[in-house]
Amino acid sequence: MMHSLEIIWILFLKDLRLEWRRRETLASICVFGILVVFLLDFAFQPAGEESLRLLPGVLWIAFAFAGILGFNHSFVAERENACLEGLRLAPIDAGLIYLAKLLANFLFLAVAEAVIVFAASLWYNFSFLPAFKWFVVIVAFGTLGYVAVGVMFGAVASNTRMREVMLPVLQFPVIVPIFIGAIEATTSALKGDAPGQFASWVRLLIAFSVIFIVLSFLLFEYVLEE
Amino acid sequence: MPPDTTHTEPALELRGISKYFGDLAALRGVTLRIARGESVLIYGPNGAGKTTLLRTLASLAQPTEGEIWMDGRRMDRYPATCKAKIGFVSHATFLYNDLTVRENLALAGRLFGLRGVEKRVERALELFMLRERAGFLVRNLSRGLQQRVTLARALLHDPDFLLLDEPFTGLDAESTANLENLLRKLPERGKALVFSTHRFAQGASMAQRLVALEKGRISYDGPLTQASLSSLRIEPEAAAIENKVRL
Repeated sequence: MMHSLEIIWILFLKDLRLEWRRRETLASICVFGILVVFLLDFAFQPAGEESLRLLPGVLWIAFAFAGILGFNHSFVAERENACLEGLRLAPIDAGLIYLAKLLANFLFLAVAEAVIVFAASLWYNFSFLPAFKWFVVIVAFGTLGYVAVGVMFGAVASNTRMREVMLPVLQFPVIVPIFIGAIEATTSALKGDAPGQFASWVRLLIAFSVIFIVLSFLLFEYVLEE
Repeated sequence: MPPDTTHTEPALELRGISKYFGDLAALRGVTLRIARGESVLIYGPNGAGKTTLLRTLASLAQPTEGEIWMDGRRMDRYPATCKAKIGFVSHATFLYNDLTVRENLALAGRLFGLRGVEKRVERALELFMLRERAGFLVRNLSRGLQQRVTLARALLHDPDFLLLDEPFTGLDAESTANLENLLRKLPERGKALVFSTHRFAQGASMAQRLVALEKGRISYDGPLTQASLSSLRIEPEAAAIENKVRL
């Protein structure tokens, strides 16, 4: 168990170091996410109550697009020089490679989401503070489920020729339940509803995340094969 | 599950391995046994299945049919134990362009669970004359230097079976000579060397045994002799190696 955690940590640090050197993923997903928020604000120009109605959808659309970019980028370094194959030569469980990627992508997307939320609060003139605790819980589990799927399909798409197109095509049908749950829960939390009213959506996000992480951990070895 | 006692002699063994990519058969019923201390040249024309054979041995490709055994253990049942004994060098370097030479080696060492990784990395840097470039990002190295790092990475965990797919590709004359010298020493240390190369003369001068592949099947498996070369119709190259190989 300790050895597995050590391997995950080593691979996670490797991804952080690569990101620090390349400075590609975080910068691009932050800029892209902010642009989506800005464009949707410009298109709808919501005011007052409308902001609250639109904001959850706008945020999760921005998270979704930012995530797609991040997942694609995440496997760029692994494709160069067949590094993913290099990892497979090591006597480690392929599932650990998945968990390390999950952790790194979760961190990158979480940072981007913080920036996007901050930008959205300014443009939409909306304060997240009253429901901040539940908002963070919902975003955390929604993001976890999304990243769990994204990393898995990112690995699948990285073996295909039209990988940039393949990733959203493969991924979006699977993540529909996460986004429905996340948007519903976010809307309810931001409206100031009692936690009991959106708890079932949060439970859905948790269940989806757990199921997909376990499945991906077990199946990742086969995904990496030719 | 205890090791199969009928295969106690340390060896890498393929039993009836076939590998299909859709309808295309890359390997057909390949059976092969490689002992420690052997130096085996895998030879054949393009598309004969050399790369697939080496990738299958390295467990990067799963056979469609057949089994691979190492030291009496089935490789698919004990992947970690078996992988720890294999070093693989391929066309690709397996190196992260944005990590330094030292970081790449240390990463590989840690993933292989080696003790004293730093010392081993320093030794490898010394052995492959990479100390001065240890802090360089891999992307800033020439192809020849990258190949040297790849070899250092493959040998870092002191594998019993070293598999090399076209290891001389991209190397200059000096690096080629250095690599040849290094590889010649491995069988003497009880390591098995299995390699493919297009440069037959060079490969034959380093190998004791030739495995010739044709359309995914083994067409010859035995010592390197004039007769074997003639039967394989590689006389033009045989003439070139007469002075190099003990025929």
